[in-house]
Amino acid sequence: MTTYLEINKKQVNEEKWEEPFYLNMGPQHPSTHGVLRLFLELEGETIVNCTPIIGYLHRGVEKLAETLNYNQTIVLSDRLDYIASAANNTAFALAFEKLMGLEVPRRAKLLRTIVCEMARICNHLLWLATHALDIGAMTVFLYCFRDREWLLNIYEKICGARLTHTYVRIGGVRQDFTQEIIDELYKFTEEFPPRIYDYETLIDVNRIWLKRTKGIAVVSAEDAINLGLTGPVLRGSGVPYDVRKFRPYDAYGEVDFIVPTGKNGDTYDRYRVRMEELRQSNRIIRQCLDKLSETEGEPVLAENAPDLLIPEKVRKPEPKPVPKKGVIFKGEEVPVVPPGEAFASIESPKGELAVYVVSDGSGKPWRLRVRTPSFVHISAIPFMAKNHLIADLIAIIGTLDIVLGDSDR
Amino acid sequence: MGEVIDRLISIIIAAVILLVIALLHVAYLTYAERKIIARMQQRLGPNRVGPRGLLQPIADMLKLLTKEDLIPYGVDKPIFYIAPFISLVCAGTGVALIPLWEKFVLSNINVGILFILALSSLSAYGVILSGWASNSRYAFLGGLRASAQVISYEIAMSLALLSVVLMAGSLNLVDIVNAQINSPYKIYLIPQIIAFYVFIISAIAECNRVPFDLPEAETELVAGYFVEYSAMRFAIFYLAEYFGMVVMSALAVTCFLGGWVGPFKVPYVPFFWFLIKLYFLLFVYIWVRATLPRYRYDQLMGLGWKVLIPVGIINLFLTAFLKLIF
Repeated sequence: MTTYLEINKKQVNEEKWEEPFYLNMGPQHPSTHGVLRLFLELEGETIVNCTPIIGYLHRGVEKLAETLNYNQTIVLSDRLDYIASAANNTAFALAFEKLMGLEVPRRAKLLRTIVCEMARICNHLLWLATHALDIGAMTVFLYCFRDREWLLNIYEKICGARLTHTYVRIGGVRQDFTQEIIDELYKFTEEFPPRIYDYETLIDVNRIWLKRTKGIAVVSAEDAINLGLTGPVLRGSGVPYDVRKFRPYDAYGEVDFIVPTGKNGDTYDRYRVRMEELRQSNRIIRQCLDKLSETEGEPVLAENAPDLLIPEKVRKPEPKPVPKKGVIFKGEEVPVVPPGEAFASIESPKGELAVYVVSDGSGKPWRLRVRTPSFVHISAIPFMAKNHLIADLIAIIGTLDIVLGDSDR
Repeated sequence: MGEVIDRLISIIIAAVILLVIALLHVAYLTYAERKIIARMQQRLGPNRVGPRGLLQPIADMLKLLTKEDLIPYGVDKPIFYIAPFISLVCAGTGVALIPLWEKFVLSNINVGILFILALSSLSAYGVILSGWASNSRYAFLGGLRASAQVISYEIAMSLALLSVVLMAGSLNLVDIVNAQINSPYKIYLIPQIIAFYVFIISAIAECNRVPFDLPEAETELVAGYFVEYSAMRFAIFYLAEYFGMVVMSALAVTCFLGGWVGPFKVPYVPFFWFLIKLYFLLFVYIWVRATLPRYRYDQLMGLGWKVLIPVGIINLFLTAFLKLIF
């Protein structure tokens, strides 16, 4: 880490390629999943040392949150892990609800669980697509995108947005599902499991796929815990840790699902875990949809939830040429949040996403801290990539399922 | 004197015809590849330029011709300029030796197979030199990979072809086809099925196609050896790759599938059977590309040296042994 700049400088200035061979992978590289930069020390094609350098997508979300009120902060959370933004919304909302002491109605909890699991399916489909593409299987990529497109269309019907949907809000969700959405989701849960099977037939027994994933980047359970890995990566090593089971939030306490685990902790096991999670997510959505009919007509927002600042309708300009000192935002004052602190963590598709918030009694967070899985997972790359080939490094980045928006914040 | 000139003119005309046909095939091979893969992946493929996107290859060519030809700082200029042409010439010249029909061989030399093998070995130089001259680390790694790959798969391919040569007793491609027709099975695919497999796998590797596209592994080395190239030089590498596919498939048709001969004669279209077989093999190339992931570098070398070459040698010995007995 200390010397990569010096090495770069030396090699560029003196035009001398010393041994070992240094390679700068990224930030503009097609398969580092964004703007991750890896500084590699190679011997032939074997990686001797690997230094991840991050920060190319830093937007200062935590600092920015201190200048916005709680409801506005939810919008920032969309931009963390933009592939599964519903999960981020939920994490933020849970922390703020704890702080304000709000009780979310049951129907809202069910709706949140559904969108969170939809986000998980979206995320895992995108992961499978890019992971397979990185290893060279091009067709899986487009099949996965076809199904993800379907889910994104459902999201569009739910809240109007496809990627950054601030559907979950403090105290509940923004609006109820219509019957059309519920029917569409039922149809999706019917047709999705056979499609998972389709993907598996394409790559599961493919000899080249097995060669590329079995025994690659093995992480033992102990190492995984020491490295702070969470989510499917940890479960692939055989540790059945899942926040949904250990500290159930939303409606996860009342649905039935299995936490799949791997055995060897290699890339193939992590792939199997995620494929199984797709099936389980599908099951959870199905159960939640069944339960939705029990809560027909109930509210989806807690009574004392803070109001959103909603822009007023734009008035027609008056005929007089008098310049207006118009106020475009109108709304009730946000109730002052009591001083205190709150912590909430959820099982986001990539791992454990935790939010810690401190309030000083004003309407804005005094300090907001987000623990994102991608950041921790990137720190595990040097450990996993050691003595592997460049081609394996690509597989490792894929199997960790990192998103740089999530890591750099 | 007049005879010589007549002969020269007829050769030139034949060469031009062949070149045009080959270029059209290569251009529309890219189109076919995009369309077929699109179909396999449930999307549309090119469909904007011309009816059903049929003018897409021409549009691509025009676009690449009018692009600026960037020469990066610090490249070895003469080698950088010439490397794509080495690739293209070596890949394309092989077409001249393929007997499309009994009476249509541009250059019917008595060491046809040897010449094609030599050319395909030479085309590796284009790849290596471009990787070396680019002064880029990705290109350098791509060049290294390419040289190792081409050298090791060259051997397997030669072994497979040697079995055919043993059976036919000639290195001349026309003689090989004639020997196939006179053999009991009509084509060498049946007695030489192992050699055929070895040849097809090596041919895919030789052309740097999926699953052996390591030198240009897009997700690892960005684009491998031609990462620094742009405009027409970039396109020439692609042309060379597709020419390589056509030549290798044509060689397979000639050596294993009986060349221009088919179950019955199609009047007025002497190339019919040859082209049908050629298209089928090209389709296999594309099909494989849509299906398989990419090998890792060491696994690729392992497959070449530990599987294909021993199998090729055993097959060669068996052929020689059986030839001796009968």
